[in-house]
Amino acid sequence: MRVLIVDYGAGNLRSVARAVAHVGGEPAISSAPGDLAEAEAVVMPGVGAAADTMRNLGEHGLVGPLKEYIAGGRPFLGVCMGQQVLFDASEEGGEHPCLGLLPGRVRRLPDGLKVPHMGWNRVRIVRPHPIFEGIDDGSFFYFVHSYYPQPEDPSVVIGVTDYAVEFPAVVAKDNIVATQFHPEKSGTAGLRLYENFLRVASGVKLA
Amino acid sequence: MLTKRVIPCFDIADGRVVKSVRFVDTRDAGDPIALARVYDAEGADELVFLDIRASPDNRKTAVEMVQRIADEVFIPFTVGGGIRSTEDMRLMLESGADKVAINTAAVENPNLIAEGAERFGSQCIVVAIDAKRAGPDRWEVYTYGGREGGRPTGIDAVEWAERAVALGAGELLLTGMDADGTREGYDLAVTRAISESVPVPVIASGGAGEPRHMYDAIAEGKADAVLAASIFHYGTHRIREVKEYLAGRGVPVRL
Repeated sequence: MRVLIVDYGAGNLRSVARAVAHVGGEPAISSAPGDLAEAEAVVMPGVGAAADTMRNLGEHGLVGPLKEYIAGGRPFLGVCMGQQVLFDASEEGGEHPCLGLLPGRVRRLPDGLKVPHMGWNRVRIVRPHPIFEGIDDGSFFYFVHSYYPQPEDPSVVIGVTDYAVEFPAVVAKDNIVATQFHPEKSGTAGLRLYENFLRVASGVKLA
Repeated sequence: MLTKRVIPCFDIADGRVVKSVRFVDTRDAGDPIALARVYDAEGADELVFLDIRASPDNRKTAVEMVQRIADEVFIPFTVGGGIRSTEDMRLMLESGADKVAINTAAVENPNLIAEGAERFGSQCIVVAIDAKRAGPDRWEVYTYGGREGGRPTGIDAVEWAERAVALGAGELLLTGMDADGTREGYDLAVTRAISESVPVPVIASGGAGEPRHMYDAIAEGKADAVLAASIFHYGTHRIREVKEYLAGRGVPVRL
């Protein structure tokens, strides 16, 4: 299945594309708003700051098409910054409005531990979801981030991780799944997550 | 709980690993991609490739190597050596590296740290520091590669670490030059001095000879990650063995 990887100038796309290809998908990297209208599955990666991400999405004319794509009920996977920008606003570098697709705010990790939270940490599954098929509860994933989302609706949280605070490592609502960690850098568990996304996206019923 | 990372390091020349690895098929012993796969399977948490010489005369080789690693290995990796501009950084990151390490170029032009962090995010800017003891509780930064003796800079290593982080470094790769190559353990004093002075992760490097040294670097040196080359490449100790040892002593690791 063809998977559109949204390119808004934020790096890391090659790794995501290779992970998608590794599990049998056909990655297509594009920054063209028209491609979103026709996509069957979308991955939005992202590194860097929320304000830059929103500005880049805006400059590429992608904000409207992204919202329309998600509103259309088609499968969407957000990764790292691609998760954070789904919320209403981020406090990174001052208050910045984000896409507002999930109610909630993005906050800075508390002082005391080293920030960024960089390395392998466990994800505890708090709600079963097809994206976790074949992934053990407590599996390790690779994180690199200084901010974390705080959803208003706790029921969107399906996986959590502890780092000074317990924060949502994976959120899901309807056709949206988003991870704070980088599945494309998380070895076999991460590849399995991409595989699950492809299976969900192609409508395969999971056991 | 965030785990402590165990990171094998490869020295590269012309797209090949310089000190070949002894416990794999000779055909693969110098191939960075084959070795990356082996270490990934053994539980390496990240990989570091140094001295890749991403300079103009060797850029194509470096890019191709980085692309091939990114294509086949699904854990994070850092590349360093010859990265002297944000353009060099962009090339390496777009080729698939997760982080770039800068050393001499950062000392000579500290703004490179800020420019790289601004453009690509702090999380992918690693500042490598070669530190040599210059007195009680004082270490001096050396440039131009500790291995050839390097060049003293007169800069205090702890102050430089703090400045690098203030400028935007997301991680420090600290080599204690007095310990490097001895296999008698990391320089715990400088590791601790720097790790306790900065709010970002510190990778300890130089001197690992056995798993106990890695435990010491984490427990006493307060390092967030331990890097080693020869003990892994010679097969003296395997990565999984080191991680099991650390776990047995209560260090959180990914097993």
